Amino acid sequence: MAKPITYYLRTDKMPHIWCEGCGHGIVLGAVLRAIDSLDLDKDNVCVVSGIGCASRAPGYLDFDTLHTTHGRALAFATGIKMMKPGLDVIVLAGDGDLAAIGGNHLIHAARRNINITTICFNNSIYGMTSGQYSPMTPTGKIATTAPYGHIEEPFDLCELVFAAGASLVGRGAAYHSGPLSRLIAKAIATDGFAFVEAVSQCPTYFGRRNKMKNALAMLDWQKEHAVTKKAASRLSPEELADKFVIGELGTRTRPEYTKRYESIIAAAAKETDENV
Amino acid sequence: MRSETSIRLMQGNEACAEGAVAAGMRFFAGYPITPSTEIAEHLAAILPKVGGKFIQMEDEIASISAVIGASLTGAKSMTATSGPGFSLKQESIGFAAIAEVPCVIVNVMRVGPSTGVPTAPSQADVMQARWGTHGDHPVVVLCPTSVAETYTLIVEAFNISERWRIPVIFLMDEVVGHMREKVEIPDSGKLKIVNRAYPDCEPEDYLPFDADAGDGVVPPMADFGTGYRFHVTGLTHDRTGFPTTKRPEVDALIRRLDSKIDKARQEVTFVDEVLTDDADIVVFAYGITARAGAKAVRDARASGIAAGLLKAKTLWPFPDEYVERIAQKARAIVVPEMNMGQLVHEVERASKGKTKVISLTRVDAEPISPSEILSVLKEV
Amino acid sequence: MQKSGNTCRAMVENGRPVIINDKWCKGCDICVSFCPKNVLERPEGGKARVARAEDCTRCGICEIMCPDLAIQVVPANDKKKEISGTQGGSVDAK
Repeated sequence: MAKPITYYLRTDKMPHIWCEGCGHGIVLGAVLRAIDSLDLDKDNVCVVSGIGCASRAPGYLDFDTLHTTHGRALAFATGIKMMKPGLDVIVLAGDGDLAAIGGNHLIHAARRNINITTICFNNSIYGMTSGQYSPMTPTGKIATTAPYGHIEEPFDLCELVFAAGASLVGRGAAYHSGPLSRLIAKAIATDGFAFVEAVSQCPTYFGRRNKMKNALAMLDWQKEHAVTKKAASRLSPEELADKFVIGELGTRTRPEYTKRYESIIAAAAKETDENV
Repeated sequence: MRSETSIRLMQGNEACAEGAVAAGMRFFAGYPITPSTEIAEHLAAILPKVGGKFIQMEDEIASISAVIGASLTGAKSMTATSGPGFSLKQESIGFAAIAEVPCVIVNVMRVGPSTGVPTAPSQADVMQARWGTHGDHPVVVLCPTSVAETYTLIVEAFNISERWRIPVIFLMDEVVGHMREKVEIPDSGKLKIVNRAYPDCEPEDYLPFDADAGDGVVPPMADFGTGYRFHVTGLTHDRTGFPTTKRPEVDALIRRLDSKIDKARQEVTFVDEVLTDDADIVVFAYGITARAGAKAVRDARASGIAAGLLKAKTLWPFPDEYVERIAQKARAIVVPEMNMGQLVHEVERASKGKTKVISLTRVDAEPISPSEILSVLKEV
Repeated sequence: MQKSGNTCRAMVENGRPVIINDKWCKGCDICVSFCPKNVLERPEGGKARVARAEDCTRCGICEIMCPDLAIQVVPANDKKKEISGTQGGSVDAK
């Protein structure tokens, strides 16, 4: 029977820091319901984050939680997973943290296929520092550092991470909180590097400057612009231009990194035996 | 059966790796960089044999970050690098300081700045070792002068890091790192090994950053994955580990962290004094330069100059009281360094004007020779 | 470390399908807008609250869409149920 969400929260630390209508609380709820659906033992879950709005999430969670330096969550998490492979290690961080300063660690964690579940709270802006563009900000959008309209193209983060070697990549949105939670549960259950991009809304800094005055307007935009993989396959490139594809986007089976390291330990032991 | 001690010929970097393992280090994350790479190479081979784990990360920032993560699971963890990588690691070293996560960072110094002379020795990272990361933070910096000392001193580095829950910087230079010397490996039972203090309260009563639960300065530290379910952050935090910006709590945290240095000073200060009792002139030196200093002192004594050597194996906290005592009796303190003069300023400060302090600098990618020091001793 | 997830028990008599913690709710109107049966409302400048409990089908959309994690749907089967309330969580206005 599902436990109430408060079972997973440090309720004495609530209410959380996120602005009214911010999508991060919805995505966090999806994460906690995913953990609950897998009946994970709270003593065995370790949540790691970097710096930014999304990265404040672990402070509210009743697990072993680590709020690290900007962009480095996956590197910290790699050390944790290497020494305690039995822990369910989950990284929660924003698009700036993971795809900008943390991009190098993101692609290498995927390349190693270490069993760390990474949830990218993608609000396509740097919210904590009040509205600069990020690697996920769409072209033409306004940000404090793109006052004339953004001239860069965003990553297709799922493509990037899947190309780097992840076992599973998928995208969801705050609007589709239910399916997002199920996708996150599948990611957590994956024995390898699993990455979920969760499209989230930042009404305060992204919405306000880009003609979406509140959370409801931004959630409506998500509803209107999300397409499933199946639906997307029937759309022309032009039609797909301003859409984003949700669901499971890529899976493969590869040996998991910490398990592969066991073969090194075995080889080292054999070598020692031979030398004695 | 291994005898009481076993004698081996070892490279300095190898001794650093072996000593770390002897200290109980079981996780290493590193990135190739001359002149420290042999440490990583050696640990890649020996760690898996002792139930430890090695990983080569994508850059030096990832390495120190992985080390801190591993340490939070209870594992003694280490990284090794040289100047350029040491610069990259600074932010996370500061995280280890504020989050009080034990870890050891080896910096095998080479000529800088920037790419400099990768294969040549230098001692120009001494100030960076103390103040490289931003903000007030506690750190202890040790510096071996020989391969044998590298083995024993790296064990001390881990003991200090575990006891005080601070990052410890282990400063070697390229010569100490690459030269080979005899090392007497003490039987593991002989080594004094210190481990972090664990909480003895129930998980629900555990306050991860409540120093009163410890000795008033260092809070007991639980491991991730043992049911304590605590929070660790680089933000200023209260006793529960949750972020705070309340002024008294910020002040208390910064001052408690800083107080570790004075509380630890006695037990972390390793200084050797050679012939200083009756010394008229004393050489203050560290790292490989101290070896040249020792020879220069012997040669000076042979030519009738009452010289002595103060060999600092702890650079930070700076051994003020040793220098202050020497300054009262010696006519001069000569400070040879493979940099433009860095610790010499600390020697001047600690001397309080009681003696002449002479800086000898060499920055041409060559170690300082005994004769260079001797000629200064003769001119004083 | 901190106490486990739920810190206080709020006994719920029947008829209250949804618990809204007004200490956590930031008044974003998402629940009010997303409720398929128009059960919830939010007075100007106030917090979300149950207005038409009888229309609630316990579908749970409000709970999974609440950014403040402030809403819990009371499962229908057991009327008297220990639901982990939240510190200072108040039962909604009516």
